Amino acid sequence: MAVTNPLGIDLDQYKFGFHDPEDKYAFKSRKGLDREIVETISHMKSEPDWMRAVRLHSLGIFEKKPNPTWGGNVGEIDFNDIYYYVKPAENQGKTWDDVPADIKRTFDRLGIPEAEKKYLAGVGAQYESEVVYHSLREEWTKQGVIFLDMDSGLREHPDIVREYFGTVIPPEDNKFSALNSAVWSGGSFVYVPEGVHVTIPLQAYFRINAQNMGQFERTLIIAEPGSYVHYVEGCTAPTYTSDSLHSAVVEIIVKEGARVRYTTIQNWSKNVYNLVTKRAVAYRDATMEWVDGNLGSKLTMKYPSVYMLEPGAKGEILSIAFAGEGQHQDPGGKVIHAAPHTQSSVVSKSISKSGGRAGYRGLVKVYPGAHGSKCAVRCDALILDDKSRSDTYPTMEIDETDVQVTHEATVSKVSDEQLFYLMSRGVNQDEAMNMIVRGFIEPISRELPMEYSVELNRLIALEMEGSVG
Amino acid sequence: MSAELVIKDLWAQVEDKVILKGAGLTVGTGEIHALMGPNGSGKSTLANVLMGNPFYQVQRGEVLYKGEDLLAMAPDERARKGLFIAFQYPVSIPGVTMASFLRTAVSARRGLDKDKLMGLAEFQKLIKAKVEELQVDPSILGRYVNEGFSGGEKKRAEILQMAVLAPEIAIMDETDSGLDVDAVKIVAAGVNRMYELSGKKMGVLVITHYPRILKYIRPTRVHVMFDGRIVTSGTEELADELDRIGYDGIRAQYEKVAAEVAGEGEIRSAGKVFWVKH
Repeated sequence: MAVTNPLGIDLDQYKFGFHDPEDKYAFKSRKGLDREIVETISHMKSEPDWMRAVRLHSLGIFEKKPNPTWGGNVGEIDFNDIYYYVKPAENQGKTWDDVPADIKRTFDRLGIPEAEKKYLAGVGAQYESEVVYHSLREEWTKQGVIFLDMDSGLREHPDIVREYFGTVIPPEDNKFSALNSAVWSGGSFVYVPEGVHVTIPLQAYFRINAQNMGQFERTLIIAEPGSYVHYVEGCTAPTYTSDSLHSAVVEIIVKEGARVRYTTIQNWSKNVYNLVTKRAVAYRDATMEWVDGNLGSKLTMKYPSVYMLEPGAKGEILSIAFAGEGQHQDPGGKVIHAAPHTQSSVVSKSISKSGGRAGYRGLVKVYPGAHGSKCAVRCDALILDDKSRSDTYPTMEIDETDVQVTHEATVSKVSDEQLFYLMSRGVNQDEAMNMIVRGFIEPISRELPMEYSVELNRLIALEMEGSVG
Repeated sequence: MSAELVIKDLWAQVEDKVILKGAGLTVGTGEIHALMGPNGSGKSTLANVLMGNPFYQVQRGEVLYKGEDLLAMAPDERARKGLFIAFQYPVSIPGVTMASFLRTAVSARRGLDKDKLMGLAEFQKLIKAKVEELQVDPSILGRYVNEGFSGGEKKRAEILQMAVLAPEIAIMDETDSGLDVDAVKIVAAGVNRMYELSGKKMGVLVITHYPRILKYIRPTRVHVMFDGRIVTSGTEELADELDRIGYDGIRAQYEKVAAEVAGEGEIRSAGKVFWVKH
């Protein structure tokens, strides 16, 4: 069976831990963060004054805000030991041949150009701070769909960007959204006109290459009334002994009757802090779906949110976390019911092994007057050995009586009975364990396009290798 | 090498409780054996020990399968070599469909390399034939393994697995219990058909509490287990007698022998029950 790997996952042990030489880079800032660095970034990008002002304002907020004291240990991050802006190439490629050879080779190894040919409507490939390649099939361009890197989006559609930028996630939201707002670079700008259905996925791929790198992409998706788009992102990085930081901000506006699905399969190397703020606002009868798979990174703190602002809005969050040795996955989600007859569901599946820590942290908030709303939360944890840990932190703030809110949580271990049953049919122990884990996440993997679910299962198989003593 | 299963003086326990106390039995190629006995006599323990269930600890004894030491093999190796057990209480595997499970299992049974699967077309052809033969509702293939199955569905799913995996020795652990007569007939017909398909070479060990299923699967030999060992063996007539005198009748004979053994002696018998000192 021919298997593509759209997210660059292979059965070898973290095959994408390699890195490229940096000698041909167009620009690399010095380490550390201050006003000068922020101004340099803005200057190099020839930004309008308002954006430079946003950046400087955000820097001030970042400097004032303390680290969060909950979740994972972010106190070990040395913000002065990070490169905040690295530009690998002078220009963005319109074809893969325009992309510098080393970088193109990396994306070839990740299988991105191949996936693009087969089943994607458009591709963005970010390397360090900049998007080095971008494409959108003509049939979507013709229908008015915009899919650009965020910098080009700001340059070519300044009015749209200015209207929405920072409105869903202001810099004041948290320390890391402030950081991103100060030093953002790259990311995607997606605009889907009214009534247009982009029937095959758009994909962005994020690659960190340099050591001590900070990647701060910024994504803005606007779905006009009645439109549909599925955006998929994947990510990898080299394995280094020192840590890198990935801190994205993703803002999504889903207008009346529109539907947006945002799928992430995060496979950072185990030296990356992944501290991401993702939030969507959903208007009347709109649907926002987050499918969030967290497998890599040292620490992930990410709680994709849906703010249901008008009646009939729907939010769905599917979250998978897999934590192996030395990993702490602290993902989750927030559903905010701020209008009557809104509906949400959250399904979280976490797996921990070899001393890893995975879980779910979530908020369900129902405002007064959001009557007739429904919310169902389900959190399942699977712990594969005695060294590992699962945490569930569900918070519910329900300020309306006419609502239906349910919460179910289970914690289980792989049972010897299940392993024995599968083995009694000839399945070896590793594969039996794999099958049980795959079955555990099946409610989420079945929601992925086939190519991604195949790849997710292979990634799980890779993570599971040698897990049976 | 013929697929012969030889069990010699097998002792096994669960936690601190000794359950098998010197069980011995040989199932030869093409033979159908019925193992009967009251609840708690050790029948299911024997089946599970033969398949390698880690819950049971073998204390002593020997089991040879095709001349090899079965007890030294992991359960999956036993299965790949042609041993099968239809479980009395099969567990569910949420999220794994019957179809994908069967395809993985049959690929392993047929000795395909690790991570390789039988071709989809070939698998679908095989599964379609088996589903029709056994009169199983094909929708079962899209359901998760044993999840939410009724008692009868579980038993049929076990027989379907047996048919797909084509074992050389099949153990049926109370597959008939909890089934109505019609379901018992279908299960029995499935086993008989597999037996025919194997060229009457498959060995079968039917473990049952009730003689009922033996009307449909005609055994070569019938054994009665009591207190962890086989106390008597015979032809089909033994099943009839058991039907007549019940396990209480056997128990009376057993207690008589046990009392004599307590005095002294290597071998004692009473009626059809015998006792051999180990």
